[in-house]
Order: sequence, then structure tokens, then C-alpha cells
Amino acid sequence: MSETKLSPQQTQPLVSVQNLSKIYGGEKRLLGGNVPALKAVNDVSFDVAPGETLGLVGESGSGKSTTGRVLLQLEAPTSGDILYKGQNITGLSKSLLKPYRRDMQIIFQDPYASLNPRMTVGEFVAEPLDVHGLGGNRSERQDRVAGLFKKVGLDPSFMKRYPHEFSGGQRQRVNIARAIALDPAFIVADEPITALDVSIQAQIVNLFQDLQDELGLAYLFIAHDLSMIRYLCHRVAVMLRGRIVEIGPCEAIFENPQHPYTQALLSAIPVPDPDIERDRKPMVFDVNANMPSETAVLQPLGGGHFVLGA
Amino acid sequence: MAPLLEVRNLTVAFDTPSGTVHAVNDVSYTLEEGETLGIVGESGSGKSVHALSMVGLIASPPGRVVAGEVLFQGRNLLTLPKRELFEVRGKEIGFVFQDPMTSLNPVLTIERQIAEPLRRHFGMSALAASNRVVELLELVGIPDAARRAKQYPHEFSGGMRQRVMIAIGISCNPKLLIADEATTALDVTVQAQILDLVRDLKRRIGTTVIWITHDMGVVAGLADTVQVMYGGRIMERGPVRPVFHDPRSAYTWGLLKSLPHGGKRGVTRLYQIPGNPPDLTKPPLGDPFAPRNQFATARCHTEVPPLLDVAGSTPGHKVAAWYDLRAELAGQAELTGQEGQP
Repeated sequence: MSETKLSPQQTQPLVSVQNLSKIYGGEKRLLGGNVPALKAVNDVSFDVAPGETLGLVGESGSGKSTTGRVLLQLEAPTSGDILYKGQNITGLSKSLLKPYRRDMQIIFQDPYASLNPRMTVGEFVAEPLDVHGLGGNRSERQDRVAGLFKKVGLDPSFMKRYPHEFSGGQRQRVNIARAIALDPAFIVADEPITALDVSIQAQIVNLFQDLQDELGLAYLFIAHDLSMIRYLCHRVAVMLRGRIVEIGPCEAIFENPQHPYTQALLSAIPVPDPDIERDRKPMVFDVNANMPSETAVLQPLGGGHFVLGA
Repeated sequence: MAPLLEVRNLTVAFDTPSGTVHAVNDVSYTLEEGETLGIVGESGSGKSVHALSMVGLIASPPGRVVAGEVLFQGRNLLTLPKRELFEVRGKEIGFVFQDPMTSLNPVLTIERQIAEPLRRHFGMSALAASNRVVELLELVGIPDAARRAKQYPHEFSGGMRQRVMIAIGISCNPKLLIADEATTALDVTVQAQILDLVRDLKRRIGTTVIWITHDMGVVAGLADTVQVMYGGRIMERGPVRPVFHDPRSAYTWGLLKSLPHGGKRGVTRLYQIPGNPPDLTKPPLGDPFAPRNQFATARCHTEVPPLLDVAGSTPGHKVAAWYDLRAELAGQAELTGQEGQP
């Protein structure tokens, strides 16, 4: 399948993933036999256009986080290619990959675990600048970090504080400040609001949106909160057991889902309205009885909407 | 008829190195037999701690019940001798916790773990308990129950383990089932099945349920009564319809309004509640939500509002607020020409 087919945009994709697979296990055991192979990501292809948000949804174990990590080569893919602005960057050495690392960043789910407790949050945000030799002199570095703090809605006077002095939402803002420090074009956001309090989630979603509008960022937004995905994303890919079973414009996926798994997933979202909830009957979908076949391919439905065939 | 559960002025604190955390502050409510109460709140709202402290399940120290009574079928659980509380726990009040991975013992078969309370509370024989286990597993929708009962937790998926936890929770036919974020760790499709199961159990065995969650959608579908907690206090409570459709607490209103409701970026912008949850070692003097509340009056900052009936709303709808949210929203709508409802 060609990359252009999967993207409704006519522009060159910023990031393109082609037939990406990640298999864990499968090695020979010392005493005969093989370790059972798990296809965490199985022949996954998609594009992300500049300034676009692609949502990646699926149940736990569907391979959505692994896809994000392999895309950034935090783990080596088993097979397949990752293209950045048309350049194949798969398997590049650390030093050759370094310039691309600037452009592609990640934000993790747990804002508590991803901060260094012994580093002031200012130092934490400045660290990538130092790594890439972009900090400049002391006052320039200070100004840049202060600017980043303002951009994510944090008071620059907080720079000298330590992570334990911050709430979950503030910590996620610190993580976001670090992720945008190098002026990236693409961010993988792996469940960035899941661990946050409900009253804080909208703040962070709005921040993601503002930063995209201001900096032209593209996101791969991995989440299981489908109503937030619907709100935020331009396109959505639905994963099931390592495969993309459906991908397309957000409206097409939510208004006209074609794959039975997508349909089951959408029917299961709890709606905060007692009148709707009382009559809702979620569809049952047994994954084990409906495993996508190895030979199935994504079939075009028009308008950039694809569904995995039988 | 006396209520099944009556919580009176429950106040719980934790003594920590960084100061006393006022986790639950003067919480009072009643629960009727057969009722399903959904308790909504975020971390630090006191929703979990208040439930755990009712049955002596908070570690003490650092936790301590400062004041209050918890009357369960007329008996005060907080002053009950340990032995009697043991009897109540598991037998009359069943629990289901958030994490099915850590609440099951990995080295015991599922059968042993479900049978344990049956044998302890009812003195069932091994055979009788074993038969009851299979019955329970079937009741919670685990196929091939007789064979599955002999398996270990690692052989079960997350959703299946949560079903096992529910089976344990209801094994002794408790009068009251307390579920604390019981579906939060599960995928939405599995969550939908578990919620269906709970609705079904309510129909079939009439269990009274307290369902603690942060998810407004789950409460909308499951609860008869919803109770919104923040900063260790009840902000609003009442039958689900009036609370969801006509909220009177600025916190409930803000929570509902901050959800996407099928909206789309570019067209609508998510309403965001400003600020951060309170530091409960230094709780605000008055209404805990006042520092984040755009409608707060001077009195909100200095004096805790009592939980009072909402005049003109459905009976049982109560709110703790010094401000009149409806009047404020109407005033706003007049100014901007927009509807203020979520």
C-alpha cells in the first residue's frame, strides 16, 4: 500500500510509517524450541501530515504505545520503515539520528514518573537544549526556559522548584515544556491526560491545541478516551492486537465506523447524560473470536477512510 | 424504614511528615436499601478514603477517624469490636477495588480465593464452597467456570480478573457492595460488560451499591443517586437527572462542561476549570472549591457552606454553595447572549 493512499492531504507527509512490525520473543531457547513470538505491532502503515493530529486508539495490549516508541526508534523495529520528511531514518546510528531526535519528541502518560526528582524543573526543561548545544550563554538559556514556561502556562518563577512541589497538571506542563524546547515538528503524546485529574484534563487538551496552532506541531496522540480523541484529532487509527483495523478522518470513524471492533469500541463509551446512558446497549465484541487474519489488508472506502478486510 | 447505611459527620485525617492531611471533612449522607450511589470526585476528593475508613480499612497510623458515626443497619461500624467488624466486612459489605492485578494472590487458585470468605463466614465445607464458587463464576459471566476455578490469576485477562473480584465481593450475598474505581483500569469494551453485569446483579439479587469513580459517564449509566465530592467534602448530591441536567455546584457544572460532549476543536473550545486541586495539608478556610470558582462570593472564602436542599428542584437534590449558580449563569447568559448550561 502506498503512503499517499492513506493520507487525504496532498502535501508530503511529515512522518510516514511503512509496514512497521515489532515482534517480541521468537528467539531460539537454549534447550530447543522457540520463545513464543508476540507480534506487538504487525505491518502497520500510516502518515502524519505537518500540523496534523492523528489519534491512535485501541485496548491495552493493542500495540499503540509500542507503535509510538518504535516510530521514534526508542526501540528498534523488527521490520518496516520510518520516513521523516521523505528521508528513511530506520536503523540510523545514534549520531546520525541525533538531528532527527530534535524534531521528534515524546510525552509520557505519567507526569510523576517522567520527571527527575533531583533536578529543578528549570534544569529539566533546559536539559535537551544543553544536549544539543543550543542553550547559549547563561542568560540566554535562562530566557529560553522562561519563555518555554510561559508558553505552557507556568509561572517562570517556578523554575527553581523541584517536581514534588507541583500538582499532576503542572508536572505535565513541565514535560510539555521540555518536549517543545527544541522546537520539534512532531510529538508522540502517549496517553498524556490519562493520569490527570478530570478537572485538569481540559486544561492540558487546550494546551496541546494552542501549541499546535502556534507552532504548527503534528501529534500522534495515543489515548483510550475516545471522546477526547474525537474532540482533538483530525484523523484516527484504531488498533487491535497489533494491527490497524480502521483508519480515516475523525468524522468518518465516529459517524460511519465500518470495522466491528471500532463499532464495539464506540458503543462502549460512557456518555455523561443519564437519559442517553439508560437506554444504551453496548455491542459485544470478542477479540479472540475476531482476530484479524494475517492476510487481510486495508480496503479503501473513499475519502481517506480505510477498513481492514476479512 | 431505616436506611441501610447512615454516615454522620465522618471526618478522617492522615498524619504525614508534611502535616495533617484533612482527607474527609464532615461527610454525612444516607443510603437506602437497593439504591445505587455513584460517588464522583478526583484524587484527593476523599471519595475512596471515606469508604475505606467506614469499615476500618485505612492504615492507622497515619490515618485516623477524627469524628463521626457510620451506622450500618443501625450499628456504628466505627466503634464495633474488631471481631464483629471482621464479620461485617466481606459478609455484609463486599468490596471491589481498582486494581485486579494486585488484589488477587498470585500463588492461590481462583477457587481458593473465592472460597476463603465462604468458609470463614459460613463455615461451608470444601465441597459446598467449591460448588458455590462455580455458581459465582457463572453468575459473573466467566465461561467454563468449573475448569477456570482451578486456574491461577495470571491465567485470567484483566477483565476476567475484575469479574473474579466482583465474584469475591458478592460471594457472601452482601447487603452492600462498595466498588472503588472498579473499571478504571479496564478497556472501555470490558468496562461496558462489567457495568452491564452490575446492573444485572442489582436486578437479580437486589444488592445496594456504592460505585466510586472519576467518570461522570459511568455514574450517569449506573447510579440512582450521585454524590460529587471535592476536597474531602460533599459539594452536591441528588438523583442523577437533576444533578446532571441542572447542576447547582460550580464544581459539578465545571466538570460536566469541561467534557467534550461530542464537540470538535476549532468549533468549540473545552471549558477549563482554572487552577489546581487543593493541598489538603492546608485546606482552604471556606468552600474548598472557592479558589477555582469564578462565581465564588466573599463568604465562600471564609465559611464552609452547609449541604442544603435545592429549592424547587427534585427532592433529594442538595448543594453546598453560598452562591446561586443558576442566577449567576442566567446573568452571564444575558451578558453574552449565550446559554451557560453544559
